[in-house]
Amino acid sequence: MDQVAAAASWALLLGGSFFLLTGSLGMVRLPDVFTRMHAGGMTDTMGAGMILVGLAVYNGPDLIAVRLLLILAFLWFTSPIATHAVAKAALSGGLDPYTLEGGPAAAADDSTGPRGGDAAGTAGGATS
Amino acid sequence: MNRAVWLWGILFAIWVLLSWHFTPLLIVFGVATCTIAVWVGLRIETVDRESVPVHLVLRAFLYVPWLVWEIFKSNVRVARIILAPRLRVDPSIVHFRASQKSDLGRFIYANSITLTPGTVTTGIVGDDFEVHAIVQSEIDGSEENDMNRRVAVLEGEAAQ
Repeated sequence: MDQVAAAASWALLLGGSFFLLTGSLGMVRLPDVFTRMHAGGMTDTMGAGMILVGLAVYNGPDLIAVRLLLILAFLWFTSPIATHAVAKAALSGGLDPYTLEGGPAAAADDSTGPRGGDAAGTAGGATS
Repeated sequence: MNRAVWLWGILFAIWVLLSWHFTPLLIVFGVATCTIAVWVGLRIETVDRESVPVHLVLRAFLYVPWLVWEIFKSNVRVARIILAPRLRVDPSIVHFRASQKSDLGRFIYANSITLTPGTVTTGIVGDDFEVHAIVQSEIDGSEENDMNRRVAVLEGEAAQ
């Protein structure tokens, strides 16, 4: 039983780390603030979620585990509101979302679409 | 008034869980803090169906596991988009109608949409939802309709 719990917690912690890393990579690779929000959403849903549940499993069923799950519940209640606030602020600030047909960010890019690397720095339309 | 009792109970349960000290002094502090919080809530008239939705708790036990599974699936989808050698994003903003009756139902639906990576609710006017999707084709699928229907069931306004 101990071994099962240990294996499950390791799997959850590694899975959470994978989503955190992928979300961070998405922050760099994706073309504009709106698409990057989706990568940010990954880190605080599955990234933080799997790590917190993994820690709770590792700890065993007691008060600490309950508190870890409470953190997760509060995080999942509040993070979509923060994401929505960012999106709303970007929209009312006059930022046009990147589209394949050619938003402001795509104008600096080649026709094959965003490729990562330097092209990913065009969120503010700053690169020429 | 019933909701005020519920709110007090929930607040005090959280106090006990976070403190787990049962000395008379700390219990009295907890009781006093929860009572003041509920009293202030009543005074500014925020203890209502929207802020203390205890009528949803039982149905939420069905909705939340489904939502977690949805969140997992869409996380995998967005991870695949990010990790693909060539980035295939096709973002756009789409509009569609939500079928929830109450503001609370719309709030839950909008937050559920934002919580699943790949879609973010950017605005709501009445029952018109404005949603930014990282891949346009994904939002036309049946999953948004499924979530819409499930939140409408969770909200339970039609049953009354």
